[in-house]
Amino acid sequence: MIETITTLFSGKSGIVLLIILGILAFATLIVSVIFRAKTSQELKDRIYSWWIIIGAFILGAMLNTTVAMFFFALISYLALKEYFTLIPTRRTDRRIIFYAYLSIVFQYWFAGAQWYGMFIIWIPVYLFLLLPFRQVLIGETQGFLENTSRVQWGLMMFVFGLSHLAYMMTLPAVAGHDVGGKELVLYLVVLTELNDVLQYLWGKALGRHKIVPKVSPNKTVEGFVGAFVTLSALAVAFSFLTPFTTLQALAAGMLISGAGFVGDVVISMVKRDIGVKDSGHLLPGHGGILDRVDSLTYTAPLFFHFTYYLYY
Amino acid sequence: MLKWLFFALIVRPTILLIFGVHVRGREHLSHDKPCIIVANHNSHLDTLVLMSLFPLRKIHRIRPVAAADYFMKNRLIAWFSTQFIGIIPLSRKVERSHTHPLESVRQALEAGDSIILFPEGSRGEAEQMSKFKSGVAHLAKMAPHISVVPIYLGGAGKVLPKGEALLVPFIIDVHINEPMMIGEEDTQAFTERLEEVIKKAGERDV
Repeated sequence: MIETITTLFSGKSGIVLLIILGILAFATLIVSVIFRAKTSQELKDRIYSWWIIIGAFILGAMLNTTVAMFFFALISYLALKEYFTLIPTRRTDRRIIFYAYLSIVFQYWFAGAQWYGMFIIWIPVYLFLLLPFRQVLIGETQGFLENTSRVQWGLMMFVFGLSHLAYMMTLPAVAGHDVGGKELVLYLVVLTELNDVLQYLWGKALGRHKIVPKVSPNKTVEGFVGAFVTLSALAVAFSFLTPFTTLQALAAGMLISGAGFVGDVVISMVKRDIGVKDSGHLLPGHGGILDRVDSLTYTAPLFFHFTYYLYY
Repeated sequence: MLKWLFFALIVRPTILLIFGVHVRGREHLSHDKPCIIVANHNSHLDTLVLMSLFPLRKIHRIRPVAAADYFMKNRLIAWFSTQFIGIIPLSRKVERSHTHPLESVRQALEAGDSIILFPEGSRGEAEQMSKFKSGVAHLAKMAPHISVVPIYLGGAGKVLPKGEALLVPFIIDVHINEPMMIGEEDTQAFTERLEEVIKKAGERDV
């Protein structure tokens, strides 16, 4: 037990985890002790939920690779369920939705087994061809295109996209470096979430000009630029978790900041389309799980292929 | 005991972990006083979701009223309905008998049990509400000191609609509304009011 904890918090990833927990403890201290009276309930809920999210991430993803496969599969499942609850569905779509859930098991099995070929084509090719065929067997033509597309889109975002985290986890250490999959996942997740927080903070501090007023009125140009610059610097600062050169780390930071923003507003687009503010109620102050993994649906596959191309 | 095990090991884990329930207005549901729970009905899951709102130690006190022609159809189903769920069977046909058809339900309330009733009378089409029958109002007149808790259920009809055997996970919405008392109101007006409250709760949901 004690040995597990010391291993968890030792080495390069351990240092980063301690830094994150330190920042969170500091934020909690400020909010619940020093500015107790002035803080809104929403901010308190938000910070409280961050403890849960970070705790779940450390226990789920950082302890052991096998556990991490189940953990990321569970995240995919919860996100997909939230998405399917939001979108309009016909009674006949229940069948293909059931297949969509089932596909998670296979996708994460391929990730865990490091079966790259199947991992990369299972959803974009096989499921993509199978679901319309199943719809043909059911025979309900009315609304076929809309509904099948909706289900496939959800699969691409929340199963295919997010499962890149799981595959990345299994990547071995790069020759000549002592960092591998676990450190890369930590690097990606920490930077993606920091990017969200930084956009919010920069926007609060300086935000004047709305960047996508129709989709997400709270996002500002100042927030985006501020986070973009800060995150690029942080990407270099944290690059000891990766095999990257300084230039590569800078590029990774820009990629994560830009892609994270796009992922965020794409999910906002879905919520606007359906007409809800939060995707769910799982995390107080954050909304649902989709609101938390939105940026990752973009950063995970993009960062994965960036790294995979350079080093694997 | 069977009922307790069934809910502790199968029903609650499935409903809470695999589907997920989002409950609003939990403060309107008292765990200590008996009450009449009234909800819209789209799925067999409805009863199980409503029963899962209560703590396990209270589960034996929650009795759903269910159609005798369906849930007592043969010995196997009847055994399951009475032992695992603890239903109070109610005949949907009008019968000539000496006792009031709701007498057994009233007795259960008097004994301190809570009752679950679906005034639509049947599950009907998925995610659509049909007209309420007045049985609840009559029951409320027979037991005027007991409050009626209207609950809107959304999504259970997608998880398991009538006539399907395949469970497909969706998050189930439970919207508990303020308890109502019948008082001097006539049964027709009370039934309409009840239907209105549950319909409204469903609209606010979308």
